[in-house]
Amino acid sequence: MPFRRMPRHLVIENLWAFGFLALSLIGLVILTLGPILVSFYLSFTDWDALGAPNLVGLRNFIALAHDKTFFRALWNTIYYTLVSVPAGMIISLALAMALNRSLRGIGLFRTLFMIPVISSTVATALLWGLMLDPYIGLVNYLLQLAHLPTSGWLTDTRMAMPAIILMSVWKGLGYNMVLFLAGLQGIPQELREAARIDGANVWNEFVHITLPMLSPTTFFVLVISIISSFQVFDQTWVLTKGGPQESTITLVYYVYQTGFQQLRMGYASAIAYVLFFITLIVVMLQWVTQRRWVFYQ
Amino acid sequence: MTDAVGLSETSRKNRLGSLGAYLLLVLAAGIMLLPMFWMVSTAFKLFSDTFRIPPMWIPPYLSLANFKRVFTVVPFGPMMFNSVKVATLGSLGQVISCTLGGYAVARMRFVGRQPLFLIILATMMVPYQVVMIPIFIIMKNLGWVNSHNALIVPAFLGGAFGIFLMRQFFLTLPNELEDAARIDGANPMQVFLYVILPLARPALTALAALSFTAFWNDLLTPLIYLSKMELMTMPVGISFFKGLHSTEWNLLMAAALLNITPAAVIFLLTQRQLISGIALSSGIKG
Repeated sequence: MPFRRMPRHLVIENLWAFGFLALSLIGLVILTLGPILVSFYLSFTDWDALGAPNLVGLRNFIALAHDKTFFRALWNTIYYTLVSVPAGMIISLALAMALNRSLRGIGLFRTLFMIPVISSTVATALLWGLMLDPYIGLVNYLLQLAHLPTSGWLTDTRMAMPAIILMSVWKGLGYNMVLFLAGLQGIPQELREAARIDGANVWNEFVHITLPMLSPTTFFVLVISIISSFQVFDQTWVLTKGGPQESTITLVYYVYQTGFQQLRMGYASAIAYVLFFITLIVVMLQWVTQRRWVFYQ
Repeated sequence: MTDAVGLSETSRKNRLGSLGAYLLLVLAAGIMLLPMFWMVSTAFKLFSDTFRIPPMWIPPYLSLANFKRVFTVVPFGPMMFNSVKVATLGSLGQVISCTLGGYAVARMRFVGRQPLFLIILATMMVPYQVVMIPIFIIMKNLGWVNSHNALIVPAFLGGAFGIFLMRQFFLTLPNELEDAARIDGANPMQVFLYVILPLARPALTALAALSFTAFWNDLLTPLIYLSKMELMTMPVGISFFKGLHSTEWNLLMAAALLNITPAAVIFLLTQRQLISGIALSSGIKG
């Protein structure tokens, strides 16, 4: 684009742009960049939300290394992510592929799958609390009808986390489905037709056309799913308060508990920073490895 | 060129595929809807009927008693009002700040545009829990603990998701419109208000609906700032409610249904824009 680089013009254009950006820039500095630095500092202090913070060096991080609850929360968060992200992505991709055709009533299905997405986690968690109730819940009732073993679900240390994962996958399916559907609709029809003429069967078409063409969407869904599953909180707050016996305590839950219930703000900042660090590493790893499997047109 | 045999072969396959897809969708829809159906059904039941085995699928009566009781057991009316207030003002703030910011990043030339955009994108990775304690300190110093300001004011200061969404939308508009207006002597604000905004209605609707829902459903932030019952928004109120009446599922389901319904109505009214907004936000190619 030819652009006349007259200094005065440039100055005026810059002023306008920063005017438009003023609110966002203030937010970026006050609500994100500044706080990132402050909580980094706080993670090296013993601040209790009341007095002045004292620098304690690495004491918080050393304490973390011996903190059983922290490792429990870390493992639970990883467990939650490792199960809920792949499960959610595979099911929502299958649904998106089923939806990606012009059939009567297709729009209605899309709407139905989105209802849990726009519902609050608090309300849907309550609902699943009822569904999973060991005595009056529908889940155990239906399992009994099918002569399958029932469970105490949220009251059982082994089944509480799978129950929370079940609920979260159910709730989040629609969102990923919408993203996958948009990705699928971006695949040119000619490619499929060409493959079919060359004698490709459904499976070949899926592996050699759909998956590679969809990979930028898959990459995006993977990144946002992992970031959000690292931050799971609402479900455990409503349903289990981290229990039974810390079987559903997550990193974010532990940050809330130490920071805002026990007022150990320094320690909570250290936990939050570990979460931040893990998020950064995982996202970086994805950026680095994406070259091998993500194809941009 | 496809001959007649090949054509009928493909269309037969297509029909088989469609049948399979239909079956999968009906099954999935059943699984998705059964819990929702159960919530509605339980919300209208008497307490004694919630324990029945086999379950009472559809109560033979429509008891509104649970909905009435929700309002007397906790200050549910004020909670609803608080949620409406926070979500409305919060989404207004997001629409104003993210539209302005997104437009600047998409269309205006200024020093450091690319680095700034990358920084904003990168902040999407920052877990809220990392910044939550320092922001709490700011709010405490402003005297905004136990005030809705702590939830509303930050909404007016942008946000990575909203800025990115609006930027992606503005990039789809042709340049010529702005050029024409500029030649006619309009300044950037006039171009933005009179040329761009009228075209941006679908994206504005999507952003407004998405952020309304986000504020409406938010639990963690109100939980941190609001400890007074009369200030609480619905999700916090309901979660406390659960602690008080943990086995009165009919009452809890009535409260949950009251919480979900407004968000569902907004979704139904704006779903076309909202869904294309979500799709637009995945255009990470930049």
